[in-house]
Formats: sequence, C-alpha cells, structure tokens
Amino acid sequence: MLKISTAPHIHSPQTVSGIMKDVVIALIPAGLVAVLFFGLPALIIIATSVAGCVLLEYLAGRFWLKTENTTRDYSAVITGLLLAYNLPSSLPLPMVLAGCFMSIVVAKLCYGGLGKNIFNPALVGRVFLFISFPVEMTRWPVPQFMNFLNIDAQTGATPLGILKHLDAAETTLIQSNSLLPEYWKMFVGYTGGCIGEVSSLALLLGFGYLLWKKIISWHIPFYYIGTVFIISGITWLFTHDIRFEPLTHILSGGLMLGAIFMATDYTTSPMSLNGKIFFAICCGILTVVIRFFSGYPEGVSFAILIMNAFVPLIDRYFTPRRFGVKK
Amino acid sequence: MSDTIITNIYVLDAIAVSAAIILYFVSKKFKTRENHKISEIDECLPQANCGACGKAGCRDFATACANSNEEEFSKLYCTVGGKDVMDKIADILGYSKQETKEETVAVLRCNGSCQNAPAKKIYDGISSCRIAVGISSSPNGCPEGCVHLGDCVKACPFGAIHMDKASQMPIVDENKCTSCGKCVKTCPRGLFELRPRGKNGKRVYVACRNTQKGNIARKNCKVACIGCQKCTSINSLVKVKNNLSYIPTTVSAEKYGAELAKTCPTGAIIYINGTEKTEKAHEKN
Amino acid sequence: MKKIKTFPLGGIHPNKYKLTADSPIIDAGLPEYVYIPIKQHIGAPAKITVQKGDKVKVGTLLADSDGIISADIHSSVSGEVTSLEPIEGEFGYYEDCITIKVEGDEFEKEIDTSPELITEIPEADIIAQRIRESGIVGMGGAGFPTPVKTTVPPNRKARILIVNGIECEPFLTADGRLMIEKAEEIIIGAKILNKLLNIQNAIIAIDENKPEAIEIMQRLSKRYVGVNVQVCATKYPQGGEKQLIKAITGKEVPSGKLPIDIGCIVQNVATVFAVYEAVQKKKPLFERIITISGDECKHPANYRVRIGTPANYLIEKAGGASEEVAQIIYGGPMMGSSIINTQAPVTKLTGGILLLSDSLSHKKEEQNCIRCSKCAEVCPMGLQPYLIGKLVKEDMFEEVKDCHALDCIECGCCAYTCPANIPLLDYCKLAKSELKRNR
Repeated sequence: MLKISTAPHIHSPQTVSGIMKDVVIALIPAGLVAVLFFGLPALIIIATSVAGCVLLEYLAGRFWLKTENTTRDYSAVITGLLLAYNLPSSLPLPMVLAGCFMSIVVAKLCYGGLGKNIFNPALVGRVFLFISFPVEMTRWPVPQFMNFLNIDAQTGATPLGILKHLDAAETTLIQSNSLLPEYWKMFVGYTGGCIGEVSSLALLLGFGYLLWKKIISWHIPFYYIGTVFIISGITWLFTHDIRFEPLTHILSGGLMLGAIFMATDYTTSPMSLNGKIFFAICCGILTVVIRFFSGYPEGVSFAILIMNAFVPLIDRYFTPRRFGVKK
Repeated sequence: MSDTIITNIYVLDAIAVSAAIILYFVSKKFKTRENHKISEIDECLPQANCGACGKAGCRDFATACANSNEEEFSKLYCTVGGKDVMDKIADILGYSKQETKEETVAVLRCNGSCQNAPAKKIYDGISSCRIAVGISSSPNGCPEGCVHLGDCVKACPFGAIHMDKASQMPIVDENKCTSCGKCVKTCPRGLFELRPRGKNGKRVYVACRNTQKGNIARKNCKVACIGCQKCTSINSLVKVKNNLSYIPTTVSAEKYGAELAKTCPTGAIIYINGTEKTEKAHEKN
Repeated sequence: MKKIKTFPLGGIHPNKYKLTADSPIIDAGLPEYVYIPIKQHIGAPAKITVQKGDKVKVGTLLADSDGIISADIHSSVSGEVTSLEPIEGEFGYYEDCITIKVEGDEFEKEIDTSPELITEIPEADIIAQRIRESGIVGMGGAGFPTPVKTTVPPNRKARILIVNGIECEPFLTADGRLMIEKAEEIIIGAKILNKLLNIQNAIIAIDENKPEAIEIMQRLSKRYVGVNVQVCATKYPQGGEKQLIKAITGKEVPSGKLPIDIGCIVQNVATVFAVYEAVQKKKPLFERIITISGDECKHPANYRVRIGTPANYLIEKAGGASEEVAQIIYGGPMMGSSIINTQAPVTKLTGGILLLSDSLSHKKEEQNCIRCSKCAEVCPMGLQPYLIGKLVKEDMFEEVKDCHALDCIECGCCAYTCPANIPLLDYCKLAKSELKRNR
C-alpha cells in the first residue's frame, strides 16, 4: 500500500532527543573537572540531581499528568546536570532533591512541560535553594586535586565572594591581589565555587562541541560575556578598584556556565538573532549590576531569570528581517 | 514621628482626590452611549459565539437586533437559540414574533466508513482534512468522500460531532446539534447539509456526494450513489444530476422515507426513523 | 572564475543523493497507451479539438488553449485517439484526458528531427508565435504558460533574463544532464528569448555541484555575446525564483510583487531548451527529461519521456517498484507531491519520479516545539514558521495575517529542519489557504 504525505518528504537527521544528548555530552567535561577537584561529594550530588529530576519527571508524567513517558527526550537529564552544576558540593542531599522538585515539577511541568516553560528550570531550582538555604548554599569546599574522598573538607570563599567582602580601604591595595587565586587556577577550575561553574576551560570545551554540532550559535555567550567584560573593564580602568577586575569577573562565578548553557536554553531565550543579542546584552548588564551593587556576590542566575520573563516581549519586537521588505 | 504620619496622610489624600477628579473627567469624556437593549438581548442569547447568524458573535447579533427595524428584524435569526430566543428578543424590542421556522439538523452526506469503503492507501501527515484533501482523494479512492480526519469535530462549538472509532466516520449527535452550520462551512468537501429534523425526527437523505459514474463510484465504495434513477420513480421530486441523486427537503420522509431507502440498490439512501435514533443516543450517553 | 553567489537569508543543505548526475539521457521508448491530460499548466484547461477515433501524429494539436492563461496540448505519439473520458490522475482525482493508442512513431511533417544545430534566430513576432503554438509552459514545476511570462506588461521593462539551471532538490538531475548534453541549444534558446524580450543580457545560473555543466557552458557561452554563466552556491532553495534573483542581481523582489517588477525574467533550462526546439525545429512540447531515482530505485536514470507516458511504464524501465517502496513522488523530495495512482501519466511539469523507502520518507511523530528557532533561521523569506504553526494550531487566523504567511514560497526548509518534527509547511499552507479565502 502506498503512503501519501505532504512535502517535504525527507527530514533532517536532527531530533529533539539528539540535540539534548549533545548538550549532555557538552556538559560532561565540566562534571569531570568538578569530580577531579571536589571529589566524590560532587559526583554524588550530580548523580542525585540527575536521578531526582528524571524520576520526578517520570512519576509526575505517569501519575499526575497521565502523559506518555517524557523522560526519553533527555531534557530532564540536562536540567538535573545544570542544577547540580549550580550547587556547592557540600550541600545536603535532601536539599538537592528539593531543588529537583522545584525545577522539574514547578518550573517545568506546571507550565506544560518541555518547550512551554517560561523560566529556566535549573535556575529556578537553584534560586529557590539559594534563597531558602543561604547558609548551606554559600559554604564552598576548598578544591583539592585528586582527593576523591574529600569528606570533611575545609571551606573557603569564592573569588567573587572575596571581592564582595573586601573593605573599601583594601580594594586599592596591590596586596589584595594575593587574596585571589591566580588566573590559570580560575581558568582550569582550581578555585572554590559551585560544582560545574569553576572550570572555564571545561565549559569552553563544551561550548566548542555545541558550536561544532550547530546546536547553538555563538551570539548569546559572546555578547553576554563580552558585555560583562566591557562594563567591568571600563569601570576597572577608571577606578583601579580590584572589585571590578574584568578577568576575574568572567573567569569566576557562574558567568561561563550561565552564558553558555543556561542563557542559550532554547525554550527560555528569544527566537530571532537580534532578539538573542539584545537578550544577551541585557543579561550582561543585569549581571554586572547585581554583582556590583547588590548584597549577593553572584548575579548570573538572577539576571537570566529576570531576562527570561522578558523573552515574550523581546520576541514581539525583534522579528527577523523579511525577504523583500526594506526596513 | 507624628509629622511623618500626617504628611503621609496629606500626600495620599491629595493623590486620591486628584486621581478621582481626573477619573471623573476622563470617564465623562470617553463615555459611550450604548443601547441598554443590547445587553438585554445579549443575555437571552446562547453565548456560543458560533457565527451561525452571520454576525461576528452573540454581542454583534444583539447589536444588530437592537438597531434593526421590524422588517430587518424578521430576517435575523439565531438558529442555536431557535424560536424561544427569537420570541424573547421580539418581546424586548416590542416587535411582532417571527414565524416558526422548521428546526434543522446537520447530516453527513457520506457513508464511506472503513467497512463500506476500505482504505487503499495510508495517509501519513497532519490531522487536517483540508491538507489531506489538497494532496489526494480519500483513502478509499473516492474523490468526494469523507477523509476521516475530523476537521468537523474540531469545528463544532457544541461538541455535537464525534469520531466513531469503528467506522472512522464523524457522527452528529442530534440532541446536541444546534444546526449552526459550522461543520457545513468547515468540511472541505461540503459533506454536511442542514436538513429539517422532520416530524418525530424522521428524515431521509442520500448519503453520498460522488458524481462519478456508477461503476467507478462502486469500485471505491459499497454504498455510493450510482445514479440508477430508481429513487426517482418513488417520488418525482427526487432528481438525479451528474450521476448523483438528491432528495429535496420537500419530500416527506414519513411517507416515502422507508420506501426510498428500500429501493436504493446500494443503500446510499438513509432513512432515519427518529424515535429509534434518539433512544440509541441515550443509551450511549 | 567569478565569485560564487548565493542568497543571504536562511537555506538548508540536505543530503544531495544525486545518484544519476553522470548517467546520460536515455530514450524511454513508447508505451502502449499514452494519457494526455488537457490541463498541464496553471490557468484554464485547453479545449479538446480531436474526436474519438481520430488518427494523430507526433506533434498534432490535441487541445487548443482556452483564454490568455492557458496552453496548447500536442500529441506526443502517433496513433489513434481511443477515449476522451476522464481518467484517475496521480492524486486520485479524475482529470479530463485524451487517451491515445500508440501505433508506430510518425512525426508531423514540419517538425525538424535532424540533430543539426540552427543558430540563426528568426524575428521576434515569429518567435512569439512559435512559442505560443508549441504549448510551452514553465517546466520547473510551476507550469505558468511561457507566452504569458515572456510578455512584458506595458509599464514594465525587462532588463535581464536568468536561465535557471539550478537543481537544488535532492535526487533530481534532469536539468543538469540537459545542460551537459544540450548546452549550445540552451544558449541559443536564451538568445532567442533575449531577442523576444528585446534585452541584451542573459545569465545562466548553475549550482556549484555541477562542474561538468559549468565547464561546458562557460566554454560555449564565450562564443555568444550577452550570454554569461554564473556559478551559485549549492544550497536549497537556491533555485527558487526570488532567491535566484537575489543571488544574481542583489535585488529583492518586494513582498507581493513579481520578478518583472524589478526587471527580471527567470526561465528554467528545460523551458529554454523547449523554446529552442519550438522556434528552431518547430517542435511542440511533447517530451521532456525526467529523472527516475530514489533510494529504492534499482536502476536510477535520466529518461527522455513522451508526455502522457504512465508512471508505472517508467518505473518498470527503472527496475520496478519493490515491496520496500513506501512512497512514489512526482518532483523532488522537498517540494514534490506523493502520488497514489501509478497509472497516472507524467506531464510537462514532472521533473522526476522518486521511489522512496519508508525509512527515508517516514513522518515522525510531532512533538512539542522547543523554541529552537531553527525554522526561522532557515526560512529564506525571513518568516517565523513556528509562530505561524502555533497560531494555526489555535485557529487564530486573525493574528496569522501579521505573520505574512502569504510570502511563504513553500520550500519546506522549516519542516525539513524542525527537530520536533512539526509539519510547519502544512500549517503555513493552511494559513495561506485561510488567508486567501478571507481576502
């Protein structure tokens, strides 16, 4: 029996689950680095978070929404990974699970599942934990290379945390430079911080993979990081205040992770290219504003979440240029 | 401390008063005069916003009624609400009541179910009759029959049409059908027709729109009209045109229905004996 | 070598599957019966001028054009007209058709069958008359009658003729082979159209993946003044009229306007070749080159086929359709349409017959839109297919108007690329039909 269908009769090999798998692959290097520096606790948190997210999505789909099994598209795995990468490795596991619940059930499934959520699920989970458990969420274990059973590790501060708590008098002193880890340490990830955000190197590797596979375009990460670099750079040039030192700002904290993996999340970023650029620049400005002026040392998650809310508006005003129409 | 409180009270009061003044003038300036009868009529209407009356919705129909004179009013009719609603509106407007119109119901003029007309090909595309019709004939090969994708089900504002799983045909629930005519407009092959419900729900119609020659039509569908003219001998009002018989609504179903259905060699003529059908519908519910 | 040109917005790079790029054109021979539909073009169907039982020769007029937008239909075989009854067309709808039983292969007297090249070009009015009498239509697939297209409206002026030798659809190679084997004829055809349109400039656009055709065309075009070859990038839909004009001239056809409004006329190479044959050889359009291919085709090849040959005759020639064939497609896999009746004839517009397996042509289940924006990135018209799809799904046709769905050229890039398998093109088509209905 012949089949009849509408054109086009061929289809590109790219599928949703394929894209999601590629993102998971791109996230692996950052996870490996985290295990290298933070040991087994990091691995346990990653595993718990991924398992929690997948399980919650499965259970909610089965017993609450009565939909087909939606876990096969790997999107829950990504949410789990991203959530874990945004947590310190010393966080108690029940809190991780609470974050999973917030991410998957509240931020994703309540909105209608994959493709319909307004806010990035992993970031909602992280911000929820950050506000609910501020103490646990800001206790950063000191990285120890290859010390896998890193159980009762010392805690220290993140580079951004150090900057935040400098006294105004200290900031202009050259010596305070020694408070910060060297740049190469920040680049490979040998500093305190969340599991997945410490190593810019690993994140850039993942970025390269995503670009090669044409999963995302370079625009959002480039403009996001670029905006932060330029604003902090200009401020630093005029004030010589170490708190605004641009390289520290882009190498530490969640900027790389946020710019590469969370601001580029398909569902919660604008559709048109101009919209994406606008979105990224706004994220950058908000990040800098939060880092410089708020009580929090870190502003990436808030910046992205705030901009997520504006995506429908951005989509309305930034439409692609149509063929045959002069602007 | 008390100073602060008092200042606050003053400031807030001042804002409240100025806002009130602005609001007063704005509302006065932009006040729209609306015929109070519109809302009154609107309340009587079924609020299905189906557009069967030819207006954009119930509110629009109410406006049209309110602005009409007696002659214009006689042309307006809400098929969904029927006589009762139109009488109420006539009372509101003080016009004479409209004449009783015969109640109609949507009937599907195709019986090419998957039993009567087995599929010869697989349609692999989106569930839209319009798209399917655009790229080929029905799965059974009939160029004028139902394609079983249910645009009518989606279009019906009253949920009166459902897809029968066994036959893959849309079925009109005559208890729910308000004869708004949405399905008539939606079906890309124009298979629906609004026909009078008939006395005691008895009606007779040709369930086929195929204009092909008998042998070709029969090849695809067991119950196709083959244009054999037998039905014309029962009642001279029945006409066969383009190999397709059509029974006008003026033919009494009560008198000729059973006979017409019996005469048809292919079973394309369907006679519905009202009482039976309603009982069945109740059983299903 | 000149710069390779392309269009800036969108586009995709599907797998090429050019299985028959190197196989020479073979004559498909004569079937037992041919079925010639009287409507093989856009516009009014032609009026039948023969009767049942008439003896016809190759090139005999069977049906006369009816009105301005219509085209003559000629017999493609010699034999007897056996029926004028409608027959089942490729989509299962019945079409008026002339059935001819093939007897021998006798041509009308005035047709010049010699392979000789005639370079002398007649006067413009003779050209126009011969094109009209030969029933030539746009053979790229649109089927717009060529006499209408080559008549410039009084307030417009044609400046450039673009010969579209771009075959961006996967599988199809008919035009590519034609350019290799009939290069000089095509160049003369372009000169003929130039004379008719009273313009000096013709550009033959060829895509990058046809080096042999580019080489031959570039070599031969040097001998003719005013005919140039332009290489375009291999990108789908480079062969789309608007995209091609943008690539060649840098100008964009304004939304809702025609190419002639910016002084461009685009003709497919097959059409230009038909023009050459009609004007120089007095040969009406009764045969064309068709690629028979597909991943389930045993012997893919390029055939010279008489119009009206049933598809299954050609499929048999190419090795037959096995059980594995899930879909048979007229045209290319991106814009072609799947057929259900293999008895149906090929027409002037059929550029290819593809036998596709289920694994290649299977439509996967529609998933939620993940807002990846790939459809908007690949849309060559700069539309937002995801938005059109979403609005159509919700029956919000008022809002679709603002999405300019009528600009859609139905290239299928959006549906091809969508990772969630959303049939975006179908939604766009629905939107277009709804908008046209409400206009």
